[in-house]
Order: sequence, then C-alpha cells, then structure tokens
Amino acid sequence: MKQLNQEQAKRIADRVIGFSKADECSVSIEGNRTGNIRFARNSVSTAGLTEDTQLAVRVAFGKRVGTAVVNEFDDKSLEKAVRRAEELARLAPENPEFMPAVGKQEYLTTKTFMGSTAGIDPDYRAEVAAAAIGQARAKKLVTAGFFTDNTRFSCVANSNGVFGFQEFTDLSFTCTARTEDGRGSGWVTRSAVDARRFNASEAAEVAIDKALRSVDAKALEPGRYTVILEPAATSEILGNMFASFSARAADEGRSFLAKKGGGNRLGEKLFDEQVNIWADPWNPDVPVAPWDDNTMLARKRTDLIKDGRVASLGYSPFWAKKTGNQATANHGNMIMAGGTKSLEELIAGTKKGIVVTRTWYIRMVDPQSLLITGLTRDGTFYVENGKIKYPVKNFRFNESPVTILNNIDELGKPQIIGGDEVPFQMVLPPMKVRDFNFTSLSDAV
Amino acid sequence: MERRKFLQIGAGTAGAMLIPVFGNAIAADELLNAMPRSAKKALADIALNAATQAGASYCDVRIGRYLNQFIITRDLNVENISNTESSGVGVRVVAGGAYGFASTNDMTPDGIANAARQAVAIAKANAKLQSEQVRLAPVKGVGEVAWATPVRKDWRGIPVKDKADMLIAANKAGLDAGASFMTASLFQINQQKYFASTDGSYIDQDIHRLWAPINATAVDKASGKFRSRAGLSSPVSMGYEYFDAKASDKVQAAGGVTTLYTGSYDIVEDAGLAGKQAREKLGAKSVEPGKYDLVLSPEHLFLTIHENVGHPTELDRVLGYEANYAGTSFATLDKWETRKFKYGSERVNFVADRTTPGSLGLIGYDDEGVRAKKWDIIRNGMLVNYQATRDQAHIIGEKESHGCSYADSWSTIQFQRMPNVSLEPGKARLTPDEMVKDVKKGIYVLGRGSYSIDQQRYNFQFGGTLFYEIRNGKITGPLEDVAYQANTQEFWNACSAICDERDWRMGGSFFDGKGQPSQVSAVSHGSSTSRFNGINVINTARKIG
Repeated sequence: MKQLNQEQAKRIADRVIGFSKADECSVSIEGNRTGNIRFARNSVSTAGLTEDTQLAVRVAFGKRVGTAVVNEFDDKSLEKAVRRAEELARLAPENPEFMPAVGKQEYLTTKTFMGSTAGIDPDYRAEVAAAAIGQARAKKLVTAGFFTDNTRFSCVANSNGVFGFQEFTDLSFTCTARTEDGRGSGWVTRSAVDARRFNASEAAEVAIDKALRSVDAKALEPGRYTVILEPAATSEILGNMFASFSARAADEGRSFLAKKGGGNRLGEKLFDEQVNIWADPWNPDVPVAPWDDNTMLARKRTDLIKDGRVASLGYSPFWAKKTGNQATANHGNMIMAGGTKSLEELIAGTKKGIVVTRTWYIRMVDPQSLLITGLTRDGTFYVENGKIKYPVKNFRFNESPVTILNNIDELGKPQIIGGDEVPFQMVLPPMKVRDFNFTSLSDAV
Repeated sequence: MERRKFLQIGAGTAGAMLIPVFGNAIAADELLNAMPRSAKKALADIALNAATQAGASYCDVRIGRYLNQFIITRDLNVENISNTESSGVGVRVVAGGAYGFASTNDMTPDGIANAARQAVAIAKANAKLQSEQVRLAPVKGVGEVAWATPVRKDWRGIPVKDKADMLIAANKAGLDAGASFMTASLFQINQQKYFASTDGSYIDQDIHRLWAPINATAVDKASGKFRSRAGLSSPVSMGYEYFDAKASDKVQAAGGVTTLYTGSYDIVEDAGLAGKQAREKLGAKSVEPGKYDLVLSPEHLFLTIHENVGHPTELDRVLGYEANYAGTSFATLDKWETRKFKYGSERVNFVADRTTPGSLGLIGYDDEGVRAKKWDIIRNGMLVNYQATRDQAHIIGEKESHGCSYADSWSTIQFQRMPNVSLEPGKARLTPDEMVKDVKKGIYVLGRGSYSIDQQRYNFQFGGTLFYEIRNGKITGPLEDVAYQANTQEFWNACSAICDERDWRMGGSFFDGKGQPSQVSAVSHGSSTSRFNGINVINTARKIG
C-alpha cells in the first residue's frame, strides 16, 4: 500500500472508531518504506527495499483491553480488525492498573520530513557503498558497512478526539575499515533526517584514517585514565541511564534514583554542574514525533538533568494518578549541552589521556549503581602533551554513567548520534572525563 | 545482542501497548487454520518460474506465517496479552553470480512474481560490484516433505485464561516467599515455514517454541538496597506439556542450594524459590576479588558457551561479513588449518547439533533446504570445524552445507546463524556434589546474568543469578557482586572437570542478534556442570552519589 496522506489516514481512523462498540477505541496507523545496502570484504553482500503499512486498533470494555493489527484497509478488513480487538478484550482479564485513553491533545508539528531523504533510490545507496569501498581499496583496506534510509508516516487517533499525523525521514550509515592483515580497524557512524547533511566520502575517510592509525597498538596497563570519549562511545552508556528515569521504579525502590528510607531523588545534585540534559521533540538536529505512541500524550521540552540536578522523572498515567502527579509522555530524544571545542581541540588540551572512538557490548552489571561493562573498539589512542602518540590495545571497562557525569573535565561541541540499542535519537558532546575505570585488556582488533 | 528485541517487548509492559511487536493480531479461532500445502506449492512455483525466466541461475522461496502470543504479568495483574500474525513471501535468487532478495506480503500470483523479478534485478545490479561469484554447495532436492516440532500440547489450543492464571500463581508464590515485586511472562512462537527451491525441494515445517521468564525483586527500603533473582528454567522447542512439571525432571543443585529443571518446568515452585532467594541476596556476603575455581551450572554455562564457542566458530564472522557490527573472530582459518589449535583442554568436546530434542535450534531443514545434522566443532580440545551455509562450504573444503542458514521472518534474507552448540558430558562418573568436594577455594555459579565479550571473542566478563562460596569442599553460603573475567582460550584450557551425562541439560536464548538489518534467532546450548580452575573474579559493588 502506498504511503497515506493526512486526509486518507484520518478517514481510515474515523472509520475504525465508528465501527467500535467498545467503551473506548484507539487507532494507530504506521507506514514505512525502508531501503538498505550492506557490504563486506569490499563487495556488496545484500541490498533491499521493504514497504509495509499497518493499522493497530485497541479497544477497552471497562478494564479489559484487546489489540488487533491489520494491513488491509478496505471497510470489511477494518471492521474485522475492530471485532478481533473486541474479542481479545472480552478474553482478557481485568487489569487493575488500566487507565482510560487520553483526552484531546495539542500536537505541535515537528520538522521530521525532508524530501532530500525521501528521494533516495537504489543508485544513491549503491554510490554510498561504492564510495566507501573505492576509498578503502585505494588505501589497501577492507571495508564492511551498512546504509539504510527510511521514509514513513505515523497517525494516532482515539474516541476522545485525539488526532495526529506526521511524516518522517531518516538515514544512517556505519562503516568499518580494516587493514588486510587485521592489525588495524577504524569505524564511523553518521545519521541524519536530511540527506543533504550526509556525505559518504567524508564519513568513510574517518573510518579509513582511524584504521591506518590504529595498526600496531601498544598495551597499556588497565587502570584509571583520563579519557576523551567520542559521542558514539557514550551513547549506549548514557542511554541505559535515561531508561532508568522512571518515577515508579524510583518510588518503589528498584532504581538508582530510589532514596534510602523511601521516595525518590528528584531535585538532588547527582552529577557535575556542567551536566545539562533535556528532551525536546522540536530540536532541529533530532526532531521526533510530538506524541508518544504508547500513551498518545503530547511530548514537551523536558529537562532531565539541570545543572547537575535530577530535574524530572517519567510518570506513567497510572503512577501519576496514584501519586498525584502529572502523567508524562515517553521521550524520543536526548540532548546534552556541550562546549564549543572540536574533538581535536579537546585532544590538544590534554596532557595525558586515551581517546575512545566507540564502545561495544554494553551491559548492565548492577542496576543499583548503574554499573555498566563493555569494551573499546575500532580506534583507541594514547594522547600525550596534546597529540595522539600511538594506538593502544582495547580495554574492558566497568563504570557507571553517574560516575562519568561526575568526573567531567571538559565538554566538546555536540554531534548527532543515532540510537543503536537504545530508543533515543541523541545529540551528545565529546567528553573529557577523569578516572575512567579500565579493568582489563582485550586482544581484539 | 539480543536485548533490543527484548526491550521492545518489555517496553510494552510499562503502559498500554498499542502495537504488538511481531505483526498482525489474530483471533483465537483462526490460529489453527493453515494454508493448504498445495496452495503454497502453487505460489512457490510462480516465484521459481518468474525468477528463472528473468535470468536467475538459482532461486529459493520461503512462504511464512508466523503466529505468536505474548502474555505479560506483573505481581497479581495481567498487563498485556498480544496475539500476532505475520504472513508473506521472501524470494532469494542468484543471478550474474550475485545474490538478490525481495519480499512481499502481497501473496497474489502477480505480487509474488513481481518480488521474484525484483530479486533478480537487484542481483544483477549487485553483480557489477561483486568481486567473487556466489558458489553454492550442492543440495539434492527432497521433493515434497513435511517436518514438525514434536508437540503433545499445542499452546494455541490452551485457553488464555489458564496461561494467565499460571503466571499470576507464580507471581503470588514469589510475593508470598519474600519478593517485593514479581514479573512473569510467556512467549509462545509458531513458525509455519514453506521452503521451495529450483533444486526440487518443497519443504513444509511447523516449528514451536516457548519461554516463560520470571523475575523476583526484593527491596530493603531502609538501606535503599534491591536485588533480583531471575528464573532458572530454559526456553524450549516443545509443546505446552513443558509446564506439566514432573518430579523426575527436577534436579537438586549441588549442596541442595536450589531446584533446577530439565524436561519440564514447575514455574510456581521456581517463582517461590526466586522470591525467597532474592530476599536472601540482600544479606549475602560481598565477594573478595581474586582467583577462584569456578563450578558453573548448565543454565549458567550455556551463555558462556554461546559467546565464546558458538559465535567465534561462525564462518561468516571468521571471513569478515560481520566486521561492521557483530565483529570478526579470533578462531581464524589459519588456526583451523593446523588442526593443532588448542581451543580448550583435552576433555573439552563441542558438537553442533540441530537434532537435539527440545532444543531451540531443532528443525528438520534449514532455510536453504539442507537437512538438519550433527558435526564436531572442537574435538579433544582442538578446533576442527566451523558452522557453514551452502555458499561457505567450499571455503573449508566441505562438499555440503552444515545447514546453518536462517532468516527470522519471511521478509528478511537468510544468512549464517548458529546451530545448537553443546559441550559433551564428561566420560568419568561425576556429580556436581562430587565436583564441589574437590574445590578448596571456589564459587558455584547458577543462572544467567550480565554478559559481555569483545568483537573477536577473546576478553569476556560474565555474571550470574546465584553465587555460593565453596571452601574446602563445602558450600558455605551465598555471595554477591560476583563477575568473572577471562580470555576465551585460557578459560577453556582451564576446564578441569565435567560432570557426566546424568547432569547434562540445556539453556537457551530466544533473541540472539546478528546481521544488518539486525535479525534474531533462537538457540540452545547443553552442558553438564563444569569446573574451571584459577579464574579471575572481580567485585562489582559500587557506590554512587
């Protein structure tokens, strides 16, 4: 099915709500067209295009809820979807924590669609791969990479009068360049809403440069070092922390934000005062939908950490009602304030330290302290007197994002960084952090 | 790498989940109606003919219908019930020496023929950038055959209320035993997969999998401390009879510290133990870092096997196809060629086996139409083989594929995925209790925990669910804040004892991630309780703010 425009989507949503005999009815329609090209060993391995449009309908009889999804849009299919949802709702037990569908919301449009990205075709994707492969071959390197672009729309509506429709585009590119003998490896990541802000050659060159510079890495003793963390090195570490900003988990004592003796740590200064982090659906670098798909609540610009203090926690509708607070929409992005210096300028101002390009296999070790483990990868370098002296072997680290954000020496100019294993689009600065805890060495290149 | 999918499902439990994770919701009365085999064959032939006419030298077609049901509970509440369905067709071709792939949920003759032609067009476009031509190991067509997971009770026929009641009963048992919070979920998977190829195979498969993860959390508000204990069961490929717990399927852990499960699962009993042990963990002794002899229980060791034997012996990683994402491997071809690369001690034997009953990797045929089989990966401690698909077999001198091809949906391209990779039991008679008696300073580790390994699979760090100190041959009490770090090769060479076949059982993972775009697969790993001498243990306790 072709992508729907606002009028078509509204007509379908109204039709579905009209079919429902339940106490309430919510509808979500999503369509996407996703193209991709993957390459390895300096050759394309797979390429494809996927198109899909689906409609989800959720109904409730009292506190019993049922959900159904279809991808056919004639009247008969729409009615069938509603009846299926109603059947499931009748089978489901009552949920004592059921909350009614939200009332009418005001969604202020965000700038999430760019024609430059929507127009990407197979030739464009092939050129991206060819650029990376060609530049790497010229330097006798072997590349592996992945480019994907996405054009989609989203529509939400419910029987209380909620309606929202918006179109989106985005792209992401990752590329690894390795020396033929496997002794050097470099990596780069780029993501954007607007294809005009993406340059495949520029990106590939970063990976190539890192690969060439990372050959013959020396072993340094594990221990605590000053580190310069590129944004890709902190995105998943911080993403794990953002996911823990739930008021319910904190109030129930199941989170690092739980207070000894009961309650939560809202308002407490837990981080260095340079730390300011907020969510903003209208941010021009990482715009996201002005609503949260799960609750259909309108998103707002929200401070999470203000001058090092915990500025807000997330309240689900149920927990908000129970505690007498305002329900909040789940955030779609995270923006962290930085400085004006480039990565190179941060390096230039460092007497001794280690530059980390990327971190890998991030896992929570202890949710009590948010202790996280993982490794460095694809470009780890030793800095002395403001210059990169030599590549170093990769390390395993055991560190908490709370400690990292308390040990900040300096922040650089923020960059766009797409989420990988975390659900946020992000703008993060490179960070110079003292006493970062490397616990062992890895022989992996 | 399995976490993203799991988080997607978990995220739905936080509020009212509007969109089920895996596709279209289905009414209960439609679950059991499958498309007739003759209709699938007719559709498959349309794709095969269209692809051949468009210039493909090879074509395979996968017609898939994926039915899932997820039930999520928290404490005494059912938070979500989702029935999902996804149907469609994926067509893979070789044309001009290159692969092409296209998929569609338009299951009309025209829709399928168009997908086949699109796959050929993509292959021809890719051929221009191709440095090596695709070379497929031969597979003899098997004609029209069918295979199904042995199932005594089909989950699709069990009333939703009965399942929800079972999960709520488990949560209640955990809360009654000391947990502050409980969660219990039930993931039920049915993959109806029809495969056809220009080799002359028409293979109809009906695959079933189940997983019932639970989690108990105990909170001490006065100290601000909280601890969790996950379930000790395994995901399985079998029917709902898995929940008809039999006394003969219960295993007492060494020292009787807890109950473990094999062919069936008593979820209510395990949840009760989880609640009690989560509470006990709040007062457990924090580990002293240092070198210990580790006694690793199978439902813990499976993940260690998965990460540092299963993944490094995937041939696509060895060759560099995953270099941009999941990584490469230290187990390089030159090491394998010597036949003298000492991966582990001489008692360490690993087999790859897609035929193990109840295992998540159990199938009749893989997604290239290759019959399931069993082969050696490590024999007497030496690396002897890898895991290969049809286009990789020639690289390691094999005349046929190992049958390691898998795609997680009709809409995704099949590629090399891990079969069940399992540690053979020890040859001498040995029980876990007897193994503990030989340990002077050690730790007994049970259940899965935090796990992380580097991109070439050398350096790893693993935690667990339950830890018990061993002193002079006796289990002296619970420990906390334990993680062990090692290098894969050093670790397996430190393997000093393996219990015999009486203790052999499987653990498994439902959402093992790999590839770009990322796909998940389900896989089991079996072992008996095993001992590793002199492993570095760290203390993970930290204070913040």
